[in-house]
Amino acid sequence: MQLTLWSYEGPPHIGAMRIAASMEGVHLVLHAPQGDTYADLLFTMIERRGQRPPVSYTSFQARELGGDTAGLVKSTIQAAFDRFAPRVILIGESCTAELIQDQPGALAQGMGLPVPVLSLELPAYARKENWGANETFYQLVRGLLKSRVPAPGAERELRKTGARPLANLLGPSALGFRCRDDVVEVTRLLDSLGVEVNVVAPLGATPEDLLRLPEADFNVCLYPELADQACLWLERMFGQRTVKTVPIGIGATRDFIAEVGRVADIDVSATREPIWSRMPWYSRSVDSTYLTGKRVFIFGDATHAVAAARIATEELGFTVVGLGTYAREFAREVREAAKRYGVEPLITDDYLEVEAKVAEAHPELVLGTQMERHIAKRLGIPCAVISAPVHIQDFPARYAPQMGFEGANVIFDTWVHPLMMGLEEHLITMFREDFEFHDGATPSHLGPGARAGQASQEPSRDTGSAAAETAVGTDENIMAWTSEAEQELKKIPFFVRGKARRNTERFAQERGILTITVETLYDAKAHFGR
Amino acid sequence: MMGADISPRTPTEGCDASMVTRERGQRQVFCGLAGIVWLHRKIQDAFFLVVGSRTCAHLLQSAAGVMIFAEPRFATAILQERDLAGLADCNQELDRVAAEILERRPDIKTLFLVGSCPSEVIKLDLAKAAERLSDAYRGRVRVLDYSASGLETTFTQGEDACLKSLVPELPALADTERSLLVVGTLPDVVEDQFLRLFAELGIGPVHFLPPRRASEFPPVGRGTRLLLAQPFLGETARALQGRGATLLTAPYPFGIEGTLGWLRAAADAWGIPAARLETVTAPAVARAELSLVRQREALTGKRITFLPDSQLEIPIARFLSRECGMELVEVATPFLDRQLMESELALLPAGVRLTEGQDVDLQLDRVRADRPDITVCGLGLANPLEAEGLRTKWSIELVFTPVHGFDQAADLAELFARPLARGALLRV
Repeated sequence: MQLTLWSYEGPPHIGAMRIAASMEGVHLVLHAPQGDTYADLLFTMIERRGQRPPVSYTSFQARELGGDTAGLVKSTIQAAFDRFAPRVILIGESCTAELIQDQPGALAQGMGLPVPVLSLELPAYARKENWGANETFYQLVRGLLKSRVPAPGAERELRKTGARPLANLLGPSALGFRCRDDVVEVTRLLDSLGVEVNVVAPLGATPEDLLRLPEADFNVCLYPELADQACLWLERMFGQRTVKTVPIGIGATRDFIAEVGRVADIDVSATREPIWSRMPWYSRSVDSTYLTGKRVFIFGDATHAVAAARIATEELGFTVVGLGTYAREFAREVREAAKRYGVEPLITDDYLEVEAKVAEAHPELVLGTQMERHIAKRLGIPCAVISAPVHIQDFPARYAPQMGFEGANVIFDTWVHPLMMGLEEHLITMFREDFEFHDGATPSHLGPGARAGQASQEPSRDTGSAAAETAVGTDENIMAWTSEAEQELKKIPFFVRGKARRNTERFAQERGILTITVETLYDAKAHFGR
Repeated sequence: MMGADISPRTPTEGCDASMVTRERGQRQVFCGLAGIVWLHRKIQDAFFLVVGSRTCAHLLQSAAGVMIFAEPRFATAILQERDLAGLADCNQELDRVAAEILERRPDIKTLFLVGSCPSEVIKLDLAKAAERLSDAYRGRVRVLDYSASGLETTFTQGEDACLKSLVPELPALADTERSLLVVGTLPDVVEDQFLRLFAELGIGPVHFLPPRRASEFPPVGRGTRLLLAQPFLGETARALQGRGATLLTAPYPFGIEGTLGWLRAAADAWGIPAARLETVTAPAVARAELSLVRQREALTGKRITFLPDSQLEIPIARFLSRECGMELVEVATPFLDRQLMESELALLPAGVRLTEGQDVDLQLDRVRADRPDITVCGLGLANPLEAEGLRTKWSIELVFTPVHGFDQAADLAELFARPLARGALLRV
């Protein structure tokens, strides 16, 4: 058993629902007890969808368990077929149905329906939502296309000379982070390179669209969490190469363009439209100097977290002090990135552990999911959301992609606005003795609620009386701060104070200093400041 | 105002259970776990540990949504492959998880082990586990169990199951004493209003179940008179009757009429004259009537359909029909407890379309054909209906908003008036 307060991902059948809800003409029949219909609200409330997701539930209750749940499965499938006339039916089970082993997939196959019926294996006690979405999309692509796989050794037809290369965009889905706008942005970007989009899937695709997938010259794996299996299979079976760079951030977008050029065998050095974004100049603009070295903690799905780390370091000049993901399936990518930025990777889906690590790292900005937004709020740290799990706020009314050059603009605004501006920061340093302008007063944009959190971040230390000497217990000895040193410490901006304190204490401990004076503080500063 | 008295039942008025249409099919409702969202806020030293799957955790999180800012006093012990394969001993695992919670939250006095669909299917004996843990934490934490699985419970029935599990724990009321026990989660502000009214009427002592703190468990015995504040607490009522309590038959305290009838049931049991009841309630009734005027203007003649969901459908339909002049198109309820609804059914207009159970697709067909001015439904259905140009009211608000009693009568009406007002306001 795993103790869970909040979870980053739902069960795998939610992933299957996301694929079905992304598409048209596909209906999912879920063998699930009464109550599992709650999942509809994710789509209708969080994403504000105007239609119910195309899902029918068997809604079995205790009284059916003794009787004929198999009959219930069949009548639900028949009713869904008659009412919704889907062109493909997916059959899945939720956690409870998995235990009663009615084999709804086999039951459905036996009904002889005149449309493809695909049975999904969604191990509810071992896997999670993204895995379920990835698996469902793969089964759908494979199920519809396996009879069309060319014979081994058959040559792939060459693109006609002069024809625009065709690409599929794979992975965008319902309840995905900013997928709706990313698709528009990437389509625009590809168009500027002379590449045409053949099919976008699963978002907005029909079963007939999936049948057209092999017509493309290559696939763009926009969201590996959802589409890497399907891309791999298409590559193996249809010889379609996969563009794997996810174009989030300026550098990644440039790499993406280069990769598209290689895979599509086209010259991308001179594109029709100038490639342009405000973001690089905004970042180079003199007012952005204050962003240098801002400590940032990053947590999310692997794709968005790794992309965020690169943007943070290379494009905004931040310092990454934490990098992690809840997606164990993609832990390797995050581990590699963490090594590049010299931080310990955090691979966990335990919200409490993430909270502890954030508090420990004393970041000045948290880039995370809605969970980290709560964590940051509690700790009084600014936060921007970069990844699913999604919240109603992650479906803004305006155009707000994360990918491509416009995505970089959006990211600049979203990440920088929660921070204090450069001049504000200087003023705080200059007027820190002012009773209303002190560092305990949180920035007004964080709201009054943030103040309490700020205090609890460093309990009893900075809020303690200045006259009292603070004793710090270590294994061998007791270390103490003189009141002058405590006072001096307070003059250091609060967002680096925790680190200054820890560094000074570490410095003192290493030298066997028992009383930390103002001198020790500055000695330590000189030591760690290199 | 319309019918401040409970009219005696006549053949031309009121519904009887024989008029109910039963429907079976896909149900668009929460399971009983959703009740944890309000129960954990009411009983402040209790913790709810669901023993279930990732789906249970996800449901709780989705149902609670943005309402939770503080650390929740609920969690899920998620069953994993090794638990099911027998590689891990579920009881040992449960003990470990319980220890983890109680160490983290030393303020917890009652721990509920909440059964779910998977824990029931694998026949995990939570009663036994609760007994074992109670022994282990004796004197510090009381450990109880109940099932809120979708197999057994629909939405608000989860509260019934939870409160029922408290009944054996309640201290005994001496046979010589009597007291009034109000059963059902009420917001503190409403509890306090009722306490003042009971005090003025000379009814007492009054206790509430659930209590605000598990340390304030109310006594129960032969002198206990029960008033249900919520219409979905049949099992709890029967368990309390099993301990000698007497259930007072009354409508539910929604609107002026319902609240008055509810108080009258207690007043009668205490032998308080009708004139006294009238004097004591007169100021609150006058206030409620005054504030209802505006809402009634917005609601009179408007047509409403209730989809089966919170089990509050019948009493609220009665209020909206009799005190706000609304026309009831269809009133559906997940299940009909004829005993508990007796007083309410008698007050519904004759011939109203009553449905028990659900086949959601057929039900939506009827909503589309009827095109009521407002449809009360769950969160999953609201936006799709709005997108079809139909105004809706989320049923979940009815269990989160203070809606009981005289002083909330207008607020209750306003919940339905607001979507209509908004619909009339918007030009986009």
